Amino acid sequence: MAEQQTVTFIITRQDSPESAPYDETFHVPYRKNMNVISGLMEIRQNPVNANGDKTAPVYWDMNCLEEVCGACSMVINGTARQSCAALVDKLEQPIRLEPMSTFPVVRDLIVDRERMFDALKQVKAWIPIDGTHDLGPGPRMPEKKRQWAYELSKCMTCGVCLEACPNVNDKSNFIGPAALSQARLFNAHPTGEMNASERLNGLMDEGGIDGCGNSQNCVQVCPKGIPLTTSIAAMNRATNIQAFKNFFGSDHAH
Amino acid sequence: MAEHREFFYRRLHSLLGVIPIGLFLVQHLVVNHFAVYGEESFNKAAGFMHGLPFRLLLETVVIYLPILFHAILGVYIVFVARNNMKRYNYFRNWMFYVQRFTGIVTLVFIAWHVWETRIQLGMGNVDLDYSLMENILTNPFMFWFYIIGVISTTFHFANGLWSFLVTWGFTQSPKSQKIATYATLLIFLAISYLGVRTLIQFAYGV
Ligand code: HEM
Ligand code: SF4
Ligand code: FES
Repeated sequence: MAEQQTVTFIITRQDSPESAPYDETFHVPYRKNMNVISGLMEIRQNPVNANGDKTAPVYWDMNCLEEVCGACSMVINGTARQSCAALVDKLEQPIRLEPMSTFPVVRDLIVDRERMFDALKQVKAWIPIDGTHDLGPGPRMPEKKRQWAYELSKCMTCGVCLEACPNVNDKSNFIGPAALSQARLFNAHPTGEMNASERLNGLMDEGGIDGCGNSQNCVQVCPKGIPLTTSIAAMNRATNIQAFKNFFGSDHAH
Repeated sequence: MAEHREFFYRRLHSLLGVIPIGLFLVQHLVVNHFAVYGEESFNKAAGFMHGLPFRLLLETVVIYLPILFHAILGVYIVFVARNNMKRYNYFRNWMFYVQRFTGIVTLVFIAWHVWETRIQLGMGNVDLDYSLMENILTNPFMFWFYIIGVISTTFHFANGLWSFLVTWGFTQSPKSQKIATYATLLIFLAISYLGVRTLIQFAYGV
C-alpha cells in the first residue's frame, strides 16, 4: 500500500478573546476532494499537532456547508473566503488558516461579526410590516426587478468584503460595503420603498457611505458576485439627493 | 445637516477637490504655459491674473481656504486607511493607495511652492515675473522636485476626478466607470504635458 498522503495546515490560534495568537501546525490524512472544513474535522477527531503533542481541538464556525450562510469565513492562504467552499486540491500547501482580522476573535478561527448586524440596523435593512392589524399583501414586484434584486439578496453577511476593504479597520468607523448594498436592496422593494428615506439617512450617519474610498476590493472578493460598487455609487447618488431634500425640502414628507 | 456632519464634510471635501481647487489647478497650468510662447507672454498672462480686482479675497476664497480644508481632512483620510495591495492586488486598490500617496506628496510640494513664490512675493522679497521661476528651476534639484510635485498633483486631480464621479453618483455601472478611467487618464496626460512643458521652458529656455 502506498504511503499515507497528508495535508499540512498552519493555523493561527487564540485561546480566548484577550490572549495572544500563536501558530500551530497539523498534518492530517489526505482524502480525495476534501475541503478545508473536513481537514478541521480531522483535527477535531485527533487533536495532535505536528510535534506529536496532544492539544485542544481547533474551533471554527460553520452551518450550511454550501456557501450560503457565511459563518465559516476565514483567511485561507492570505485571502478571506468560505472554508466550506475551499477545496484542498486547489490550495497551495501548507495551507494557512487565520481568523479574519477585521473582527474580534472569539476563539481560534471563530470571529464575532456583530458589527455587521449593527450596520444592518444602522441602515434599517429590513421591511417593517409588523403592526397591530393585518396590512394585507404588498404591491407586486415586476419579474425582471425581482431577478435583479435576487442577486443583491444573496448577501450572507460573511464579512469577506469588510476584510478586504482598506477603509474598514480599527482606526475608522466605516460600516463596510455589505450594509450599503443591503440598503439599496430594501429601497428597491415595492414595500420597502415606503421607508427609503430612513435607510438613506442611516447611510448618512457616522461611519456610513461617506467612509467608502473606492478601492473596489469588495466587488472583487464577494463570493456571491454582488455588484457592491454599483450599489455604492447608486446609494451615493441617492444619499446626495436625500441630503438636498433634507436641507432645502419644504417639509418632512419624504 | 447637523446630524450628518461627517457625511457633509466628506462630500464637501470631494466637491472642493474639483470646484474650485481642480479648476484652479487647470487654470494655473494653462496660464503658466504662456511661458512657452516667450517671456513677454508669460509676464502679460501672470500680470493679468495678478491684477484681478479683490485679488486677496479671491485667492482666499478660491484657493487658500478650500485647499486648507481639503488637505487637513485629506491627511486624516490617509491616516485611517490600512493599505492592503499585497493581499488584494487589484488596479483600483492601487489607485486608492496612489491617491493617498500623491495627496501627501502634493501637500509637501504645494507648501514649498507657495512659500517660495506667493509668500516671498507678499513679503516683497521677489517680483512676479518670468525670472522668478527661471531662477528657481535652473537648479537641477528644484527642477526635479517640481517635476515630481507637478505630476503628483495632476495625477491626484485626474484620479480624484474619477472618484468624484462615483462619489456624486454620476458613474455607477462598471462600464461607465471603466470609460471614466480612460477619460481621466487622458486628462492626466494632457495637464501633465502642460505642466512639464512649462517647467522645461523655465529650466532650459526651450
Ligand atoms: C492641487 C491640490 C489638490 C487637488 C486638485 C485635489 C483634488 C482631489 C479630488 C478631485 C479628489 C476626489 C474626491 C472624491 O473622491 O470625490 C481628491 C481626493 C482626495 N484628496 Fe485631494 N486634491 C488636492 C490636494 C490634496 C492634498 C494636499 C491632500 C492631502 C493629503 C489630498 C488628499 C486627498 C485624499 C486622501 C483624497 C481621497 C478622498 C477619498 O477617497 O474619499 N488632496 N482630491
Ligand atoms: S456583500 Fe458579499 S462579501 Fe460582503 S458580506 Fe455579503 S456576501 Fe459576503
Ligand atoms: S458553512 Fe455556510 S458558508 Fe460555509
